Amino acid sequence: MVAIIDYGVGNLFSLASSFKQIGVNVVVTGDKEVIKNADKIILPGVGAFEDASKKLFSSKLSDVIVEQAQKGVPILGICLGMQLLFQKSYEYGEHEGLGLIKGEIRPIKEVIPSHLKIPHIGWNALKFSKEKNQLFKYINENDCVYFVHSFYGANCEDSVIATAEYGAPLTAAVVCKNVYGCQFHPEKSGKVGLNILRAFCEME
Amino acid sequence: MITKRIIPCLDVKNGRVVKGVNFTGLLDVSSPVELGKYYSDNGADELVFYDITASSEDRAIFTDILKEVASTIFIPLTVGGGINTLNDFDRVLKCGADKVSVNSGAIKNPSLIYEAAKRYGDQCVVLSADVKRVDGVFKVFAKGGRENTGMDALEWIKRGVDNGAGEIVLNSIDTDGVKKGFDLEMLKAVCDIVSVPVIASGGAGKVEDFIELFKTLPKVDAGLAASIFHFGEVRINELKKALKDNDILVRL
Repeated sequence: MVAIIDYGVGNLFSLASSFKQIGVNVVVTGDKEVIKNADKIILPGVGAFEDASKKLFSSKLSDVIVEQAQKGVPILGICLGMQLLFQKSYEYGEHEGLGLIKGEIRPIKEVIPSHLKIPHIGWNALKFSKEKNQLFKYINENDCVYFVHSFYGANCEDSVIATAEYGAPLTAAVVCKNVYGCQFHPEKSGKVGLNILRAFCEME
Repeated sequence: MITKRIIPCLDVKNGRVVKGVNFTGLLDVSSPVELGKYYSDNGADELVFYDITASSEDRAIFTDILKEVASTIFIPLTVGGGINTLNDFDRVLKCGADKVSVNSGAIKNPSLIYEAAKRYGDQCVVLSADVKRVDGVFKVFAKGGRENTGMDALEWIKRGVDNGAGEIVLNSIDTDGVKKGFDLEMLKAVCDIVSVPVIASGGAGKVEDFIELFKTLPKVDAGLAASIFHFGEVRINELKKALKDNDILVRL
């Protein structure tokens, strides 16, 4: 069973529907016991880092995520959920993350030319870093996925498995052992996105 | 880089897509769910669902339909029509919409854009403007293009973006339905004053109109149309291949 962590950030309807679409048993929950019993954990998130991280830490869901990550349970952070896996974020201040991925979250505007629009929003092509990761076993390089973000994962070279070109190569996906993160929204990326979720659900 | 988007728009009334459609292979051509899925499977980059019903009873039907669409289609969904309050935003976002398009609601209550952007983020708020030339000046029209508000369109759009609209749908009443191409002059005027994505609407009749749009105005991000897609005059997958052959970046 896949547990989508519900910590009061954003609407999880589409995300839950996408797992149902690929035939995976899914539960949307904030219950720590249910999350501890899940084979896979999804950390979603939209909105601001500070607000989301406060909710994770004050509810102690952060402890459960870190514990399960250390036990080897596959975890996938999506969009802001990916950013929360990092050590810290510089989105309006400086905020601690879960520290499961080495690196930090910084504003896109620091690295892209000023004529490009922010947020980076729309369909963009994935460029694989190093060899193709298992997460991408059902898709091809240059397949497009849907992005909406103004901040990106920086100083995380060891973990990057895909980037998207937007005046600079922006971190699109990361992995550290059993912990995965996608900056884009697989649940809004058509068949390509569903195939990424399918590959994640097949992780041991 | 970000691809150019092709967006079909579905007007929904009493739970059905209005304006005829002629697709072979669809069991029920006026079912929003079936038609949405067809577009999603055939290259649409995003869908716009427009609620053109008036009564609150019909609004509940629309909301149910929206939920069903959102649970079967995994591309971005924009919802418009009858969005007058933050509660309306909340209602459609909970059903799986990713973006909410405001038009007359923002004209009646200009602080709606600001309030919604503050609560849901700029990327969630789309300002849709129906614009027509009056004595050579671009004016904003309300009530589905029937009523001249007297407001200068460029000022209105600029103000909307300043208040937090993350995207503009510019519908030219002058070219709408004429099928002789998008209103490039009006679109250029808007692209010159805003830095958020601009979606062109009104006037497309054939594939070449989209090529001309993106070639002439590289700052336009997307092309939106309804009946030419519904009637199969332009097939989205063929359109996108033609765009690619013309060196316009699209998702295939």
